[in-house]
Amino acid sequence: MKLTVNGTTHDVDVEPEMPLLWVLRDELGITGPKYGCGIAQCGACTVHVDGEAVRSCQLEVGDVEGQITTIEGLGTPAALHAVQDAWIEHQVAQCGYCQSGQIMAAASFLISTPAPTDEEIDDAMSANLCRCGTYPRIRAAVKTAAAKLNGA
Amino acid sequence: MSKAGKIARRTFIIGSAAIVGGVAFGTYLAKRAIPNPLLNDLADGEAAITPYVKIDASGVTLITPRADKGQGAYSIQANLIAEELDIDPRTATVTPGMPGPAYYNGTVLAEAVPFPAYDQGAIAEAMRSFMAVPAKLLQMQITGGSSTVPDSYVNLRMAGAVARETLKQVAANKTGLARADLRTEDGHVVLPDGSKIAYTELAADAAGTPPVTDVSLRDPSEWRILGKANTPRLDMVAKCTGTETYGIDHSMEGMLFASVRANPGIGGYVVGFDATAAQGMRGVERIVPVKHGVGVIADNTWRAIQAVNALNIEWGPADYPATSAEIFETLEAAIGDEDAYDHRQRDDGNVDDALADGEVIEASYRIPYLAHAPLEPMNATVRVTDDACEIWTGTQIPLFIRDKAAKITGIPAEQVFVYVQPMGGSFGHRLEMTHVEQTVELAMAVKGTPVKMTWSREEDMTHDYPRPAAVSKARGKVVDGKVAAFDLSVGQSAMASSWFGRLMDMSIPGPDATITTGSWDQPFDIPHYRVTGYRAPDMVPVSSWRSVGASSNGFMHDGFLDELIHAAGADPLAERIRLCGHDTSRKVLEAVGDLSNWAGTDLGENRGRGVAFCMSFGVPVAQVVEVTNTEAGIRIDKVYCVVDSGPVLDPSNFEAQVTGGIIFGLGHAMGAELTYADHMPEQNNFDTYESIRLYQTPVIEMKALSNASKIRGIGEPCVPPAAPALANAIFAATGQRIRKLPLNKHISFA
Repeated sequence: MKLTVNGTTHDVDVEPEMPLLWVLRDELGITGPKYGCGIAQCGACTVHVDGEAVRSCQLEVGDVEGQITTIEGLGTPAALHAVQDAWIEHQVAQCGYCQSGQIMAAASFLISTPAPTDEEIDDAMSANLCRCGTYPRIRAAVKTAAAKLNGA
Repeated sequence: MSKAGKIARRTFIIGSAAIVGGVAFGTYLAKRAIPNPLLNDLADGEAAITPYVKIDASGVTLITPRADKGQGAYSIQANLIAEELDIDPRTATVTPGMPGPAYYNGTVLAEAVPFPAYDQGAIAEAMRSFMAVPAKLLQMQITGGSSTVPDSYVNLRMAGAVARETLKQVAANKTGLARADLRTEDGHVVLPDGSKIAYTELAADAAGTPPVTDVSLRDPSEWRILGKANTPRLDMVAKCTGTETYGIDHSMEGMLFASVRANPGIGGYVVGFDATAAQGMRGVERIVPVKHGVGVIADNTWRAIQAVNALNIEWGPADYPATSAEIFETLEAAIGDEDAYDHRQRDDGNVDDALADGEVIEASYRIPYLAHAPLEPMNATVRVTDDACEIWTGTQIPLFIRDKAAKITGIPAEQVFVYVQPMGGSFGHRLEMTHVEQTVELAMAVKGTPVKMTWSREEDMTHDYPRPAAVSKARGKVVDGKVAAFDLSVGQSAMASSWFGRLMDMSIPGPDATITTGSWDQPFDIPHYRVTGYRAPDMVPVSSWRSVGASSNGFMHDGFLDELIHAAGADPLAERIRLCGHDTSRKVLEAVGDLSNWAGTDLGENRGRGVAFCMSFGVPVAQVVEVTNTEAGIRIDKVYCVVDSGPVLDPSNFEAQVTGGIIFGLGHAMGAELTYADHMPEQNNFDTYESIRLYQTPVIEMKALSNASKIRGIGEPCVPPAAPALANAIFAATGQRIRKLPLNKHISFA
């Protein structure tokens, strides 16, 4: 089957029930999306399908319809996305393992909610787990990213 | 100076050695009994040192042997070297290098001496110096015990300074100028006329120049990197762009993927298994019995996990009680049992006489098992050939892994290579190596082919080697509105011998200090004050969990102190300050009062606040938690925290460790526990093992004092006070005193 990831189309020969996460990681070598729980509890595997954040550990590859974007496709060290830029500005990451998912969740959230309130940020970002406790800086970085995206 | 002190001091000697095309600077060990990890790079007959700095024509490499689990260890180690070397650490290659015994950790054991950390008398200090010797003998290259900064603070700056002065000497020799007339800047030696020579151009000659070891360290007022706000972490861009390669991301040509299921009753054997269904599944290459379990090697991790789930395995019994109820009965039975008596390191006044009459206040506390549950599950990639074993894994104990792999494979230890990978958290979990042992066994079955083994989250949590469960009985008395007597008896299985038993295949003798760490060693002058540790039988195999013994003792000790203060009718903060007999700690308590406006705040309806104090890893920490009792449950509004760990070397990351520690402490106190049935935890993923979420996270304000005479690490000490400060706040808001964790068994959270 064909899969378009970060603008590149790949031919993959896998069973349709394999979760997208493992197709990305083990078949295509795209390791930005992380395995944390496998049951949609932690959000480390979050990617975008046509701009919308999804849990790639829960999405069977056979059900994928649309363009997939992973953290690697959102921005690069040389050309950062505004959310990544805000994350670096606030020095959010500790171990960093959840941050691919946090950033993908935030990027999608800020498309649908460009000027979020504190409560909306808390609601939207609470689906992603961070074991190191970087939450205060995530809060601050989402606000900074919103301002950057709004051209402030 | 004692003899022990001389031994410790000698290890600071920095030397240099030639490497291909350049020079290396590092710790020179006078007796050279410990082999050098760079030896393979050295030509015959050339000096062996343990390098921290390597320079050749291609650039500067900084070697940072303490593992980075997320706490920023690589950045701080690199910054310590760079501060004296005069380079921008972002232009250097930073690598943990190959593990070597000369990177032993002289500090991690230092707090195991029978003196509280605030005692810096001559005997206590001599004992601490002496503890560096067994660490060296045990080749303990360990990251843990909040020891990276104190252990590296002098050595790494010395390595940078020796390298800098030697490079200046080479430039002096070349130009005919005096070394004193030269200065250094951003990777160059600068001549008086302003012209520059790059370090990389001097490296080859530096190899033949005697190192300049008569150097002194710069005064902190001259620092450019250390102590400065907004110093970025070196790994931040990679971690925000998905380009950091963790152990679980490691990839090699021809690599196979694997997963394992081991007996969920830890230590129980495999009676037999039926692999018929698994064998026929797509992508399955091999099914391999491993110690206490069965592994599947496949062409994809998901396929391996699916096949592991399809195995039908009959398990033998584990040799500890099957249920939480039996485990807690056993712990409680240990308290007061003469045969279980382990140690009593605090026995001030006469507790028995003080509690013989009058009103005695009594309470019982209970602490659950807790999983470490870093977000990256345990994994390893191993390739075994006829004469070598290579291991890529995120670990805090590379040399223990090397030796264990040597034992399993029969390959000599010097042919076992451990490449330490970036880590997605640890909290103590990566002080274990069962997953590596299993992967070595799998790789032996497909010699020459690398195998990456990943535990499923369920396997990881089941085999977590949790923080020990503990119970305590507390008795005390108040007289004239003051705390007069405090007697705490703690019952716990031994942690240190359980852990060391797995690492070294041997038990360690003597008492287990972790049973009372965080309670016996608190800086309070209570007239009659006693803490006793009782060692319950070994049950669920247990391990170090962020802040170790203080994570549980901090809750029991401060919680009961709060009860006594309440019974005395005293102010919780004022009475702690009055009782505190240690100047640095008292200032921390006073400062948290100022920061939280303790005296001037009127919290209003349905609100409450609690203060707690715990000194752990030598760092006094005081926290004030403010809560509101809402209709939906308790909401944590705000946390104030004051610490004193000496000079702060990286303010941004320091603040991250303080807030992260508080959130870690609060979150587990609120809702986390492992309960046991049929010998296995009933929680094996984040749906049942609750973790704090962003919406529950309070606003945190912190302040660091620097009155402490020694520099200390900050990765752990902010964890212990969070749980008691929260419980004390809930008591203040609701009148409900909760003595058993997790708190949400007794009260709801919003």
